[in-house]
Amino acid sequence: MSNVFLILQANEDARPIVEAVMADNPHARVSESPAMVKIDAEGHLTVRRDSISERIGHAFDLQELHLNLISLSGHIDETDDEFTLSWNS
Amino acid sequence: MDMKAAPKHKMGLKERYAAMTRGLDWETSYQPMDKVYPFDKYEGIVIHDWDKWQDPFRLTMDAYWKYQAEKERKLYAIIDAYAQNNGHLNVTDARYINTVKLFLQGVTPLEYMAHRGFAHVGRALRGPGPRIACQMQALDELRHAQTQVHAMSNYNRYYNGLHDWRHMYERVWYLSVPKSFFEDAVSAGPFEFLVAVGFSFEYVLTNLLFVPFVSGAAYNGDMNTMTFGFSAQSDEARHMTLGLECIKFLLEQDPANVPIVQRWLDKWCWRGVRLLSLVAMMMDYMLPKRVMSWKEAWEMYFEEAGGALFKDLARYGIREPKCMQQVRLEKDHLSHQVWTTFYNYGAAAAFHTWIPDADEMDWLSQKYPESFDKYYRPRMEYWREQAALGNRYYNKTLPMLCQTCQIPMLFTEPGDPTKICYRETSYLGDKFHFCSDHCKEIFEYEPEKYIQAWLPVHQIYQGNCFEPGTDPTAPGFDPLAAVLQHYHLNFGRDNLDFEGSEDQRNFAAWKGAVTRNQVG
Repeated sequence: MSNVFLILQANEDARPIVEAVMADNPHARVSESPAMVKIDAEGHLTVRRDSISERIGHAFDLQELHLNLISLSGHIDETDDEFTLSWNS
Repeated sequence: MDMKAAPKHKMGLKERYAAMTRGLDWETSYQPMDKVYPFDKYEGIVIHDWDKWQDPFRLTMDAYWKYQAEKERKLYAIIDAYAQNNGHLNVTDARYINTVKLFLQGVTPLEYMAHRGFAHVGRALRGPGPRIACQMQALDELRHAQTQVHAMSNYNRYYNGLHDWRHMYERVWYLSVPKSFFEDAVSAGPFEFLVAVGFSFEYVLTNLLFVPFVSGAAYNGDMNTMTFGFSAQSDEARHMTLGLECIKFLLEQDPANVPIVQRWLDKWCWRGVRLLSLVAMMMDYMLPKRVMSWKEAWEMYFEEAGGALFKDLARYGIREPKCMQQVRLEKDHLSHQVWTTFYNYGAAAAFHTWIPDADEMDWLSQKYPESFDKYYRPRMEYWREQAALGNRYYNKTLPMLCQTCQIPMLFTEPGDPTKICYRETSYLGDKFHFCSDHCKEIFEYEPEKYIQAWLPVHQIYQGNCFEPGTDPTAPGFDPLAAVLQHYHLNFGRDNLDFEGSEDQRNFAAWKGAVTRNQVG
């Protein structure tokens, strides 16, 4: 199965998002480059709204991801609660 | 009677998207639909159900404005802070600023062309889902052009070569490469444009410019480029998703679409690869501090990410683009061949060139163990030696250009880095030249289109690149000087080596002024 990835800016908004994603996706790997954080995961990666809200202490709308998003790969399935990247093969 | 209002039902994301992107259109009655939308059938693409188009982000116009406004506020706060704090003096060294010049001259005008392209394509498609997606993307691209001009205008106050980028884009020889790329795309049909720009360029290739290069800008202390680059890329992530959606939509609508899409993928991946050779040189040679080599970035974002994508699309009968084999062979050579060409033509470029210093050459050896020491280091060391002896040679003749990608014939044969690759074909009695089999094949499929190419070298020889009143027969006529005048390129300020340039002197003087008080 191929890898999907999610790249976010390395800033205070994105830090709790990266923490939440890593807690929810134990198979994911983080790599840091200047000003950015890349998360790679085999097959699929899920961002959960509740996990982010718990960490930041207030409600989070998953569409706020757009503000600090740099790049991604894979097919996207987005609902109010979850944002998932995946490949079919 | 119970007067209590029923609790308001809050729509979920998918419902909200359906409500705000569907049912907005109507079937025309005074005129047939095919006359209202005259361009969305002639390419042979068959669409049965436009409503199958879904934006996976389900972004609606109200949410779009909200998040874009937030991005702009963050962006301008950073740009202002950077300018107020003399941020330009924090870059690693003034050679770095030449990447900004090339960006403004060659990339920013493409953002504007993408804006025009998506505005046009949005009008041409009869389905409301893709029309809304194109509308947002047209606005995004305009925002990128504007924010880049604003951000880089700060450098124009201090450094040369940034003063007339729009004028240069229309005329300067190396800028005809990005210009002709986009003109090829916008003059194609609407679906080819979507596959060319929305998919091949945005999904497969822009990561290489906006992710590792922009991270490199941050690494070199350029907060300005980091912020406009990542702000643009946050939109690109959405565009990539739409590009992929567009491909899936076309492939799922009708099996007849598959071979058409495959041909566009072959063409546009190759066109994009050739265009990105400028970025290869920016990453390996023009960033004083390097994050990763071009080759490493290529492997991560093209081979790995693109490979996953094409593996996924195989279920539709799509295969990898034809050029994959050749680009695998070129990755060890591309940046070196392009940079040495610019070093050679440094008198005719609106940025400075240089030979990498000893540390930088060691870095290149390490990153390119198969090629750098064997083929490129000896040439560069020889040129450095010659320059030290006062024999810096600037090539002032004009190179042969590829009729399709418009890049000078500088690339070598696949598999033989010692031999320049030349291809040619005839059409209506004229001979045409190409840098590769792929560019030749693109020409041969649509020769009527590519024979019209505005090739800078041909135009110069025809006398179309001199200012009015220039007399090329006058004694002592200097054609290069006349062409540079036409480009609005100031000889001795904007071009030639970085060593000895006004940029170098000014940067050193201003840096010095940061830590000392002026007396008197």
